[in-house]
Amino acid sequence: MIPELGQFSLILAFCLSILLGVMPLAGAATGNRLWISLGRPLSAGLFVFLGICLFILGHAFVTDDFSVRVVAAQSNTLLPMQYKVTALWGGHEGSFLLWTFMLSGWILAVGMFSKSMPAEFVSRVLGVLGLLSASYILFMLATSNPFDRMVPVPPADGADLNSALQDIGFIMHPPILYMGYVGYSVVFAFAVAALLSGRLDAAWARWSRPWANVAWAILTIGIALGSWWAYYELGWGGWWAWDPVENPPLITWLFGTALIHSLAVTEKRRVFKNWTVLLAILAFAGSLLGTFITRSGLLTSVHAFASDPSRGVFILAILGVFVGGALLLYAIRAPLIKSEFGFGSLSREIFLLANNVILVVAAASVFLGTLFPMFYQALTGDLISIGPPYFNIIFVPLMILLVIFLGIGPISRWKKTSGAYLQQQLGKVAAASVLLGVALPLIVLLDISIPATIAVALAVWIVLGIGRDLLAKTANKPSRLQGLRSLTYGYYGMQGAHFGVAVMLVGVALTSYFSTERSILLQTGDTVELGNYEFQFAGSERLAGPNYNANRATVLVTRDGDAVADLYPELRVYLASGTPSTEMAIDPSLWRDLLVIPGEIRDNGAWTMTVYVKPFVRWIWLGAIIMALSATIAATDRRYRKLARVRKQAEDKAGEEVGQGDLQPVPGGGT
Amino acid sequence: MMKPHRRKRLGLVLFIAFGMSVAVALTLFALSQNINMFYSPTQVANGEVEAGTMFRIGGMVKDGSVEQQQESLAVSFVTTDYTNDVPIEYEGILPDLFREGQGIVAEGRLNATGVFQASRVLAKHDENYMSPEVRAALEQAGADPENHQFRANPED
Repeated sequence: MIPELGQFSLILAFCLSILLGVMPLAGAATGNRLWISLGRPLSAGLFVFLGICLFILGHAFVTDDFSVRVVAAQSNTLLPMQYKVTALWGGHEGSFLLWTFMLSGWILAVGMFSKSMPAEFVSRVLGVLGLLSASYILFMLATSNPFDRMVPVPPADGADLNSALQDIGFIMHPPILYMGYVGYSVVFAFAVAALLSGRLDAAWARWSRPWANVAWAILTIGIALGSWWAYYELGWGGWWAWDPVENPPLITWLFGTALIHSLAVTEKRRVFKNWTVLLAILAFAGSLLGTFITRSGLLTSVHAFASDPSRGVFILAILGVFVGGALLLYAIRAPLIKSEFGFGSLSREIFLLANNVILVVAAASVFLGTLFPMFYQALTGDLISIGPPYFNIIFVPLMILLVIFLGIGPISRWKKTSGAYLQQQLGKVAAASVLLGVALPLIVLLDISIPATIAVALAVWIVLGIGRDLLAKTANKPSRLQGLRSLTYGYYGMQGAHFGVAVMLVGVALTSYFSTERSILLQTGDTVELGNYEFQFAGSERLAGPNYNANRATVLVTRDGDAVADLYPELRVYLASGTPSTEMAIDPSLWRDLLVIPGEIRDNGAWTMTVYVKPFVRWIWLGAIIMALSATIAATDRRYRKLARVRKQAEDKAGEEVGQGDLQPVPGGGT
Repeated sequence: MMKPHRRKRLGLVLFIAFGMSVAVALTLFALSQNINMFYSPTQVANGEVEAGTMFRIGGMVKDGSVEQQQESLAVSFVTTDYTNDVPIEYEGILPDLFREGQGIVAEGRLNATGVFQASRVLAKHDENYMSPEVRAALEQAGADPENHQFRANPED
């Protein structure tokens, strides 16, 4: 009976989303205040009913209600409680419900944090988001109902959650990635609302910026979590595979990064307006593309859900209607939007334009490489795959170029910068970068290598550039400290994110070029040497987990005779499904990770193992965390709130006159 | 005469167009260099692939064909689409779900004697999921993928 309530709640949510998609938009078009005012209550209702759906489905998982098809397919009585809950998003139906719920959460947030914007604008945003959620819920009701029952006889026990998903990474990665992905719907809705109203101005850019920043921050974390999880769970010792389903988040992220920068130009200089709108649409299209690829099963990938072409067609239709509609609207409106063209050939605008062109080319080449096999198959019938070398060949030079511009951009001035000024500011920085790029790897790694030199030089270029800019920005203040205080959160956010890029760059380059690995067959007592480390296989034992049996090996790692770490990789067999699963063991540190990945146990008791030494691999995710935090700091910049405060006070004054004024303190401590 | 700001804009547009076309040309070149074709065991048996070409092969691991070396990580097995077989040699650790009767995809080259030297062997992380390549290979060879798909379960 309870799952039927969930079904009912989903239908109610559908009705609410239709209303949300129609009423505020109609209200904004006709000026009907009542219809406009429906936006916020309807979005709250949508959030509540989708929340009920999620809760009821979660309840079915927790109580082992195997009459519900998705529970029978993805859960099992033996499954530990935390994985019973998260098994909800272990399959297509449940994860799409989570996706839609995330959208309703963003809609609610837009309703709550948009008090400073004109009511018509907000209602257009809410309306577009309402239509989007209506299409998602319709998709669920039509092709992938999470509340479907197993009729007539439910199984006695479930088929179990895929063993690779029984992991902390699976608890965190999908919800956060979805939240970031879906955040781009908000930025998209802002762009469409602006196109609808014909008001593409600096105000629109200012309203969009915090949302673009927050969505970007969450997406960054979501991608980094996926990378970290794949690194230790999939047992291949890598952190990025250019997998067809890894790529769409990256495409979205690249568009999103371009968008953040383009929005800055639009807000400050009122140029690139058309371009910014287009980027908002593209970033959103990237997020839908990810959904399409995962759920249509058209491409081979570790992420793919069991395939069902009808779902793919439906998602393609959603993508076509929303992105196509937005592009059509764009084509109609764009010629009317006037951009002033007042900047010189050497100016911050130009450097940001270069940033945008590079990021968009990068995104486009990843897109091409990801979908090329599909096009190729459609045209020739032959099955092909595109190897990682393609992506590396394109991506690495583009990123090098991007980082060079990244160092110049923040120091250059709007409108016009003289070459002499740039040379005076950055000449020494450039020289120091080259010098340290050669020296640092030599000192730390006792090795000369061109890739490491380039990477370190570029990272130093970023970091010293930040330092130079901070000095320049605080030079005219009475004291440095006062100078630092006078800089905005937006500025610190930008420089912080750039610093994160430097950290990630070092991690990516050094891990890629200096990782070592060895696959070997080990008898108890055998030792394998790798780098300066010795890995000794000290023995193995059997043990029983909650829903699996395991063989656990003990591997003692030493360096020059000193103990470094004891590692315990496991080979598990899950009881319900009989699936084997390897659990690698890691000794993490800031400077290097030591990994042992078990392969199998031979009849004579020998283990096959791969051991790795991966220098600086943690810096990749550390860089991502720094970037995400910085973007969040930038989103809390005072100037986004100042406007809110002014409006709020005005409204409160108006409220006091009718006797309901209650001044709220402005949240946050920016002063 | 064009107005100066028009000329500047034209210059910018031309610059972007030039940059884009260079990027597209390089991208297409990189793509063409990195295409891995996929062949089924039947296509390989028919001699459609030359020795030394990098490609992917997919099919089921033939029952009873897996042979491991005692003292090293070398392993050999036979992949089949139930019409033709191709022998594969690999040195390294096989994925968790590599088993006889399970679908796999291998990347590598044919040697002069017609043995596929794999540099990478992939098996899916979900037993109920069959990669489109293996499915296509089986369908082309006239086998029914659905009936072989669940044979990976040890109970069967």
